[in-house]
Amino acid sequence: MNLGHIDPALLLAALLVAATPILLAAIGELVVERAGVLNLGVEGMMITGAICGFAAAVETGSPGLGFLAAAGGGAVLALLFAGLTQFALANQVASGLALTLFGLGLSSLLGQGYVGIKPPPTPHLDLGPLGDLPFFGTVLFSHDIVVYLGLALVVAVWAGLKYTRSGRILRAVGENHDAAHALGYKVVRVRILAILFGGACAGLGGAYVSLVRVPQWTEGMTAGAGWIALALVVFASWRAGRVVLGAWLFGGVSVLQLNLQAAGVAIPVEYLSMSPYLITILVLVIMSANRSRAPGSLGRVFHASG
Amino acid sequence: MRSDHNRVPADLLTLTDLSKAYPGVLANDGVSMGIRAGEVHALLGENGAGKSTLVKMIYGLVKPDSGHMALDGQPYAPAEPRAARAAGVAMVFQHFSLFEAMSVAENVALGMERPPRLRDLAARIRAVSESYGLPLDPGRIIGDLSAGERQRVEIVRCLLQDPRLLIMDEPTSVLTPQEVEILFQTLRKLRDEGVAILYISHKLHEIRALCDTATILRRGRVVGTCRPAETSAREMAETMVGAAFAAPARLAGTPGDVALDLSGLSVASPAAFGTSLRNIHLSVRKGEILGIGGVAGNGQDELLAALSGELRTPADAIRLQGRPIGRLGPAARRRLGLLSAPEERLGHAAAPEMSLSENTLLSAAQREGLVARGFLRRERMRAFASRIIERFDVRTPGPDTAARALSGGNLQKFVIGREVLQRPEVLVVNQPTWGVDAAAAAAIRQALIDLAAKGAAVICISQDLDELMEISDRLGVLNEGRLSDIRDAASLTPEEIGLMMGGAHGMEVAHV
Repeated sequence: MNLGHIDPALLLAALLVAATPILLAAIGELVVERAGVLNLGVEGMMITGAICGFAAAVETGSPGLGFLAAAGGGAVLALLFAGLTQFALANQVASGLALTLFGLGLSSLLGQGYVGIKPPPTPHLDLGPLGDLPFFGTVLFSHDIVVYLGLALVVAVWAGLKYTRSGRILRAVGENHDAAHALGYKVVRVRILAILFGGACAGLGGAYVSLVRVPQWTEGMTAGAGWIALALVVFASWRAGRVVLGAWLFGGVSVLQLNLQAAGVAIPVEYLSMSPYLITILVLVIMSANRSRAPGSLGRVFHASG
Repeated sequence: MRSDHNRVPADLLTLTDLSKAYPGVLANDGVSMGIRAGEVHALLGENGAGKSTLVKMIYGLVKPDSGHMALDGQPYAPAEPRAARAAGVAMVFQHFSLFEAMSVAENVALGMERPPRLRDLAARIRAVSESYGLPLDPGRIIGDLSAGERQRVEIVRCLLQDPRLLIMDEPTSVLTPQEVEILFQTLRKLRDEGVAILYISHKLHEIRALCDTATILRRGRVVGTCRPAETSAREMAETMVGAAFAAPARLAGTPGDVALDLSGLSVASPAAFGTSLRNIHLSVRKGEILGIGGVAGNGQDELLAALSGELRTPADAIRLQGRPIGRLGPAARRRLGLLSAPEERLGHAAAPEMSLSENTLLSAAQREGLVARGFLRRERMRAFASRIIERFDVRTPGPDTAARALSGGNLQKFVIGREVLQRPEVLVVNQPTWGVDAAAAAAIRQALIDLAAKGAAVICISQDLDELMEISDRLGVLNEGRLSDIRDAASLTPEEIGLMMGGAHGMEVAHV
């Protein structure tokens, strides 16, 4: 056992990378839930995005197109959920669970020809002299564009919800859909757009797993990241800032436990592997103990009765 | 009563032959009426008379099947509320269209077409609200406001758009008498500035105090117009109902021993924006009706839950005939004779999709012996349901009808009847006549009075002051989870009860 081999700069850099998939998926789901819809299909949309992105990147040779295809794939799957819950007024919990099962099956079907292939590498952004800074260069300025995109998205969602009129309408729809309807807002339209956004974000997160983190395609490779993203949204009390903290915590413990495994710490591997899930949920539960409140209409079926 | 067809040209809003049908109901049937600028026009009618549908058409939430509207002589057919607001029509809803987790300013912004920046809006909210005697703090969260303050938010939201027609849907149902007076002063000031106000209510004394003209609806049709100040409340009520009906009769009796006693009951509310009960003391004797008044959301639901056993309390806090029952659940309390009927009929008092005979099981399984060795005794269930239907005049095809299919008034008669026929020692009811038509309400009140006359103790929690004055022997008021002193109902005036309710909740009377 040798803990001295763990470099804190590399560890923190790896943390940002490890946190990105759930950060993307969670920020999308946060928008969906703030609009009053509970989509439990995050895992399914992630894995669908993972294979769509992987296939597109392999076929075109461009990781950029891969990420675009992943967002599209996730959104298409989300559209299915939107149709079921917003038009057919199906139960959101059941539809979401079905979406996850469907996504897992669909992705392994689509992925049959792609097992064992390496995707084109996603280039790291060259930030010039910033990348040469000691420590910070490694931690903050040596990543690919999706890491920064994820963080930018969090800031955009936070500011959008708080300061823009569209964000206020979205929150209003999620808080009390009957009142929003009475004021003349298009509840169903707002929710469909939110669901599509959530699907696209989950797809991006999935593709980040298959194109950057691993990078290759195996069945079920998102391994519960979608569920963690869901838990993250709830325990982060539907606040964007806390979602980032939760994602970093999860990413950090994931990376740390890998390093500990490599360093040969005398804890059974199974315990180390479960530690990120356990610790993230534990910390978030403690964090959310203070007066957190779900959007008022979360998960409730909206039917305009005139 | 008078009819007047010659003032059409002067009207701000004219409705001609408006009809709207829903599956199985003709909600509005050829309604024609006119509303002038600078008048408060009452729209009067019982539940289900078509008042709400009519104003929803004016506000663009519902499209009429036929007929047309004109605003200022121009054809007016709003496709959505936005169009109505743009035309100068604003509406204050009965169930507030507010967002609890958001601030006052944000809620106001959501009701405007082009809201200014929040900081500028906050200043305008302060200015407008103070000039109409309705002070409001734009930064507060709606969930923390009282019902009266919430209504102010709705009104200020409307006023900021300089409306020409303001629609108020049952605005006083959640206000104390003092708050009602403030509201009326504001509305009179608006009227004097030339705003037309369409005022929906079934409270006749309010309409007589406030309104210049009234249109009375029954079953979707206009059945009369009148000048409320010159028409008696009884005349209006009979036009509204279409028949004369008897008011409940109360005979003074001598109360017996204490049946139920609460001492120092404090319970935390399980709901997010609920009201916790604080140190409640009361006792009710056999043969007595104790009224509990108060504005909605001051702990009524929590008090019912604590009495029914849905919320547990320390054992000693609640005593039924001397026996501590605070720790017992609803079934055990029923066995001892403490029955209750909650406010929410569908989903709380009755299972909507189940038949009436199955619904007897919910509360009468033990006392009426409807279950034997884990099996249902269907014949007894049917017989009990039929007995309720017959004794309480529930209008329904029979005991196999689903609860959801009954009208509000009929289901309420069934729910109250189900408890009354189990011969309770103590009966607790919450809002027994909420949303019930006048004839059914009178029947339910009579049933409660008769039950007390037979020696049961009755606690009636209600937001309807007239109801409480009519049936209670003694009266207390819940305000922010605390119960006032309990006083003899006969010696109280509405103003005194209003003060017990917390008066105007610190709100100032409009200086106009």
